[in-house]
Amino acid sequence: MIVETKTVTVDGMEVVIDNDRNLLELIRRAGVEIPTFCYHSDLSIYGACRLCLVDVEGRGIMASCSTKPEAGMKIRTNTAEIREIRKVTLELLLANHNRECPTCSRSSNCSLQDLARRLGVDTIRFKQLEEMKPIDKSSYSIQRDPNKCVLCGDCVRVCHEVQGIGAIDFANRGSTACVAPAFQRDLNAGECVNCGQCAAVCPTGALIPHQEREDVWKAIENPKKTVVAQIAPAVRVALGEYFGMEPGAVVTGQMVAALKRLGFDEVYDTVFTADLTIFEEANEFLGRYTKGEKLPLFTSCCPGWVKFAETYFPDFLPNLSSCKSPQQMFGSLAKKVLPAQLGVAKEDLVVVSIMPCTAKKTEAKLDKFKTDGQPDVDHVLTTQEIGRMIRAAGIQFDELEPEAFDMPLGFGTGAGVIFGSTGGVMEAALRYVVEKVENKPLTKVEFKAVRGLESLREAELDVAGNKVRVAVVHGLKNARDLCERIRAGEVHYDFIEVMACPGGCIAGAGQPIAHDRNIRQRRMQSIYNVDKSMQVQKSQDNHFVVDTYKEHLGEVGGHEAHHLLHTVYEQHNQFFDARVPILVDATENDLPVTVTIGANGSAETGQKVLASLVDYVKGNKLTNKVNLYAAFSPRSLKGNTTTVTVGEHTLSACDADEALTAIKKAIK
Amino acid sequence: MVQAAMEKTKNMLERFAEVDKILERNGKNKAKLIRILQEVQEEYKYLPEDIMAYVANSLGLAPAKVFGVATFYAHFALSPKGKHVFRVCDGTACHVKGSQKIIDALRSELKLEDGQTTSDDMVFTVETVSCLGACGLAPVLVIDEDVHGQVTADKAMELVRALREQEKA
Ligand code: SF4
Ligand code: SF4
Ligand code: FES
Repeated sequence: MIVETKTVTVDGMEVVIDNDRNLLELIRRAGVEIPTFCYHSDLSIYGACRLCLVDVEGRGIMASCSTKPEAGMKIRTNTAEIREIRKVTLELLLANHNRECPTCSRSSNCSLQDLARRLGVDTIRFKQLEEMKPIDKSSYSIQRDPNKCVLCGDCVRVCHEVQGIGAIDFANRGSTACVAPAFQRDLNAGECVNCGQCAAVCPTGALIPHQEREDVWKAIENPKKTVVAQIAPAVRVALGEYFGMEPGAVVTGQMVAALKRLGFDEVYDTVFTADLTIFEEANEFLGRYTKGEKLPLFTSCCPGWVKFAETYFPDFLPNLSSCKSPQQMFGSLAKKVLPAQLGVAKEDLVVVSIMPCTAKKTEAKLDKFKTDGQPDVDHVLTTQEIGRMIRAAGIQFDELEPEAFDMPLGFGTGAGVIFGSTGGVMEAALRYVVEKVENKPLTKVEFKAVRGLESLREAELDVAGNKVRVAVVHGLKNARDLCERIRAGEVHYDFIEVMACPGGCIAGAGQPIAHDRNIRQRRMQSIYNVDKSMQVQKSQDNHFVVDTYKEHLGEVGGHEAHHLLHTVYEQHNQFFDARVPILVDATENDLPVTVTIGANGSAETGQKVLASLVDYVKGNKLTNKVNLYAAFSPRSLKGNTTTVTVGEHTLSACDADEALTAIKKAIK
Repeated sequence: MVQAAMEKTKNMLERFAEVDKILERNGKNKAKLIRILQEVQEEYKYLPEDIMAYVANSLGLAPAKVFGVATFYAHFALSPKGKHVFRVCDGTACHVKGSQKIIDALRSELKLEDGQTTSDDMVFTVETVSCLGACGLAPVLVIDEDVHGQVTADKAMELVRALREQEKA
């Protein structure tokens, strides 16, 4: 019997059909680069931009992204007609585009610009008609310029399909169609968790990370200021790409050297506070595990995930680790210990983070991370931004002699480095927990079960006779699915790591825009290689961290450590503006108390709790100490309960007694 | 004070309960979003933001998605309309016959600023529509349910005055 292989021809070349999702992937596999805007291999197929056109003999011109390969198809990818259609499409897009290319931060990496060049668009025959729409700069993480949008919808689909949020969507129709947050509000007013994945897939400069380069240049140039940097683990395996190196190239030493050249006074490593996080968080876990309370424990290093939980799963907030993210731990610690160590006044010390992440930009601006009105971390630059600064300074990055981090805040272990990849925080914590519980040196430090790119990885470990069930998820849609199953009681875990970005920080939205389809694997491999090459691979062996406890922090999990390294969460699950002041007077520093009523099913419970609190506050003449609000949640709260926020503390599934106890404690 | 605030809380919850009925009637089915929004609009005459957010969350949709649907169809109103709605046809025939003059006259008489469609007192709304299919009567003005043909700017002013008198009575 003859086995028939099914083939098509692409521009005369014969190509075997091999499980291809569509003609586009087949043609690209055959080495022909078809232009696209609205096609993204991780997302659903949209078929709207009409750039991926091909000519199929006997059928005419069609969109290759939404056509299945069939045996015998004769495909032409480059006819005069196709070129003309593409050119007109581009001209139309460019006609109303905010064409400030030289100053656009996507200038060297913009699909629209690339294509215009490739297709030889040299004039635009159409007049610019519409007025320019205002740029949305409301978010500290993402800047939205609707005038550069090509309506490909990649951002809409990533936010909905990968992050399970849908903070932005198409609005209006025809010539006024645009991508916008709900009710045309500012991006920072809604559910956006600042992950930046929308900006990472946007083919143009319509969505870009908020830029802070100017502020940092100013600080560096100010002779009064001492400017120190902390660099997150994931930056060292991606910054090289910005300068044309291989994806995943490890550039730790060059990166430190480049920052010194730029004028940073000291260059430290966020890996130091990643190690510190493990001390605090692993102990928090052991405490809860022993007592069997507030499990599962969720990691809290990722501010995207934290805001997601605050918005959609307020009932899980008590389960979130109270540890600050490593970035914020670094900020608090630096502002406490560095002034004396470097001999500068605290107000002249500027802490700059270099992060793979856009969510960290917003995190650093939160009030809870300020001391005496000053942010603990003054500025946050993405990997892209620092790349741009290095280039602007004319530094030949690939020719730099590697330099070492400054000590002691520049010393880190392999466990801290793998924080940069999905599964890394869990593995680092396990290295600590297992050694501590088994009470003998851990020799096998690798926990392969939690590594990889599968959406959910789980493991059940036997730790000195105790069963510890752990899970790792990345991508918030996956986190949502997992949380819903936990809520429904279908699955049980003790410890869960969540990262908002698929792949973890290595694929954060602040990293260089990548076109390599295996980018996540390659950067991840490098992270684990760095871990392996480190002298010290367990956080608990970071003797500089141990010394820091001795000199500044006291006990692990103790009073000072708590004050400096831990935080609290607030819920964001309420309607826009639907907050009713119940008992509010003008006295300053009143304790804000908000009763959130689930409008959907749990209204009665909420109203009762609210009524009791009103009675209490009035009865005890506390109106000058407490401000009472009612808020409404559009989602039903777990088990027809209500949530009460007392000051900064969120009490979920709360009854009147519990709320009263918390209020009494807070006003004492 | 507290009484009023508690009352407001209750009112908001009642408002949501009203929407719950609409949602129940439609089996809380995402696929019936358009029907649900239509019923909300019948109830409130437009689509208030908090209700859209409530509908979104009750159906497990993002508010931005519901907003997208609401802005896609011209049928949905996103701001409250006046008691009387003037719809001036601006299709080709009516345009040629001078519908713009009618629009300008109405807008200036009712003191509508740029982009504003409803008078400050919430009595009048002025809208344009593409073609009412009554080109023989051009230019056409529809007030609430009544069709007026071969309208001039003066005639439109008369109609406004008549309605004002009616409102006073
Ligand atoms: S930053 Fe993240 S959550 Fe916000 S709109 Fe973009 S993808 Fe959605
Ligand atoms: S903002 Fe960017 S990703 Fe979103 S539709 Fe516009 S061009 Fe596409
Ligand atoms: S990529 Fe096929 S239509 Fe956009």
